[in-house]
Amino acid sequence: MNTEYIGIVFMYLATIALAIPLGKYIAKVFKGEKTWLGFMAPLEKLIFKFSGIDPNREMNWKQHLKALLTVNLLWLFYAFFCLLFQGHLPLNPDNNPNQTPDLAFNTALSFVTNTNLQDYSGESGATYYTQLFVFMFLHFVSAATGIAAMMVVFKAMKDKITDKLGNFWDFLVKSITRLLLPISFVIAVILAFNGTPTSYKGKDTVITLQGDTVHVSRGPAAAMIAIKQAGTNGGGWFGVNSAHPFENPNYLTNIVENISIILISISLVFALGYYLNKKKLAWVIFGVMTVGFLIMIFPSVSAEVNGNPAIAHLGISQPGGSMEGKEVRFGPAASAYWGITTTVTSNGSVNAMHDSMMPVSGMAQMFDMMINAFYGGVGVGYLNFYIFMIIAVFISGLMVGRTPEFMGRKIEAREMKIASLIALLHPFLILVGTAIATYVLVHFSNAGWATKPSAWLNNPGFHGFSEMLYQYTSSSANNGSGYGGLTANNIFWNVSTGLVIFLGRFLPIIGPVAIAGILANKKFVPESAGTLKTDTATFGIMIFAVIIIVAALSFFPALTLGPIAEHFSIK
Amino acid sequence: MKTYLLPSVKITIILLVILSGLYPLVIAGIGKFTPGHGDGETIEYKGRVVGYANEGQKFTKDKYFWSRPSAANYQADAGVGSNKGPSNADYLKDVKARIDTFLKHNPDVKREEIPAELVTASGSGLDPDLSPAGAKVQVPRVAKVRDIPAAQVYKLIDDNTEQPLLGLFGPPKVNVLKLNVALEELKK
Repeated sequence: MNTEYIGIVFMYLATIALAIPLGKYIAKVFKGEKTWLGFMAPLEKLIFKFSGIDPNREMNWKQHLKALLTVNLLWLFYAFFCLLFQGHLPLNPDNNPNQTPDLAFNTALSFVTNTNLQDYSGESGATYYTQLFVFMFLHFVSAATGIAAMMVVFKAMKDKITDKLGNFWDFLVKSITRLLLPISFVIAVILAFNGTPTSYKGKDTVITLQGDTVHVSRGPAAAMIAIKQAGTNGGGWFGVNSAHPFENPNYLTNIVENISIILISISLVFALGYYLNKKKLAWVIFGVMTVGFLIMIFPSVSAEVNGNPAIAHLGISQPGGSMEGKEVRFGPAASAYWGITTTVTSNGSVNAMHDSMMPVSGMAQMFDMMINAFYGGVGVGYLNFYIFMIIAVFISGLMVGRTPEFMGRKIEAREMKIASLIALLHPFLILVGTAIATYVLVHFSNAGWATKPSAWLNNPGFHGFSEMLYQYTSSSANNGSGYGGLTANNIFWNVSTGLVIFLGRFLPIIGPVAIAGILANKKFVPESAGTLKTDTATFGIMIFAVIIIVAALSFFPALTLGPIAEHFSIK
Repeated sequence: MKTYLLPSVKITIILLVILSGLYPLVIAGIGKFTPGHGDGETIEYKGRVVGYANEGQKFTKDKYFWSRPSAANYQADAGVGSNKGPSNADYLKDVKARIDTFLKHNPDVKREEIPAELVTASGSGLDPDLSPAGAKVQVPRVAKVRDIPAAQVYKLIDDNTEQPLLGLFGPPKVNVLKLNVALEELKK
């Protein structure tokens, strides 16, 4: 068991050790300074030339959003139609069928928004074409979209009045060529040498040692698995994601994949410090995020390692902790650690089935997604945190009775309205979604649909409620992990979570970019003795308090009905 | 919107070529130099491919070490976990039934010696491994059926145990397929 603890401590320390230099590097890339990946420049030139784009043409925040939304809309339609007709497209050696319209709707939205809810299973519900040319493509560009939006906010935080906030295409392309693609390449090679398939061959048929006939799904998976981890996407090649022995073959690949879940999200915080030359502020943000992260790690790891009391009552031993839904090669500690890292970021890949984890873990995972800003998704995690900072500044300002200022700009009614709406959107989508689903389940349990609501849940009681709550939480947080027991591939769930995913992605991008753009146009007020310092521990505590009050408390009643009640009911 | 549509279409096309076309092809090329040549590493017994090293398979006969329970019944094109919650009463009944079955086939084993992994389903439904304890608890049965000394079988498990990465990280494990192949190859 000791080696399991050492394993997770190592993963975290290695992540931080890599994130600091990577953050410095990212800041250099976006400042336009020279980096050792300068050899990518001709490729970038080619991309811009082919696309007829001048990467040096500066945009204001509205132009940024227009470009972002236009290209995302295009990807949405492209993905939808590919999925609808995937059976007829090339690269389909296993002859998998088309997706139904409601499934294609959900899947397309899910991947465009970096969510990857996956109501299908990769082995039977997708083709090599859609895996590579839809899902993996969107893995790259949806992560790059998040980073591009974040860069607008970074630029706007500089201390001069400006509406020139860089070029969206430039941010998008450089995020890919200088960051996502090189990192994915390294991860993919490591995976390939540890047993993840890379070839384009279809299923193999094998007669096992005992004499059973099995069909073995394969495919060029390593390339995709790399970016699904690094881009906080989470949508895997195989249905069971990184629990699959091809997708995550051993403890080494588990370390690599788990580090890459949170690496870029953390390094972007340090990038902020280097980019704006406000390293103290970056450490305050990192500190708040890390405290939130650690508070969730300990109970989850301890619950999984100690095992399921209900199993203990059956009289057997649990030397490996709670093993339902887990893999022997990872063990309970690394499974719990992954569960937290994948939910604090908006990754959503899994190396164990969350549905079978202990209620304490389930609560921690849902809580992470409800906050959605402890590290958060690449780019967008910081945008969520930015909203909390704005609110914290405003409340602090009210408490001491002066006009709130953030980074030298006055925060006024318009910005606060946007920030409040965005902060309230997340609880609204999750709680209303869950309430409607619960209502339908109770009052129309035998409705004559293809999947009757009474057949939705895989578990009774409190845990069943958690399955629904988790699904909407994961959708709104653009996380994409799920309680796999929920029968989600039907019109009700495909459509309702699809809508939640869509609103939960684009409004929280538009909001912070708008606030930052408006603030950047305001008069710059130099720091004085009366300025609220944002790079202090005091302000860090203030942000933390705002997060707990605004986010956590709105979800507490729902969590009580699900995981908390279940925890106290297990004897 | 119109200003942005044409660049959107064009950048999508070229990024598709680079990211979805070239990148996985390069990885596939590198994959040719890996142990399984990118197709997945297989294991042979008596000149016949009997499975993939990384993919667990079903062993139900008493002469083999059993794999863990699988919600996918070890169908390697449809891996799935049980997704049963820890408090689910029906699920706990299933676990109890598995314990009883195990005890019936392993009369020399005491209930409290059974590690939970042998009566709980894995996440993927394709877990290729057992913990050393999960293998060792099956030794009396395997040794009796095969009529070989138990000590020899224990040694076989030790020989096939993969230690934690660098001796530091993660749990030790035993690949069930490799262990069973080694068992078959054992000279009496």
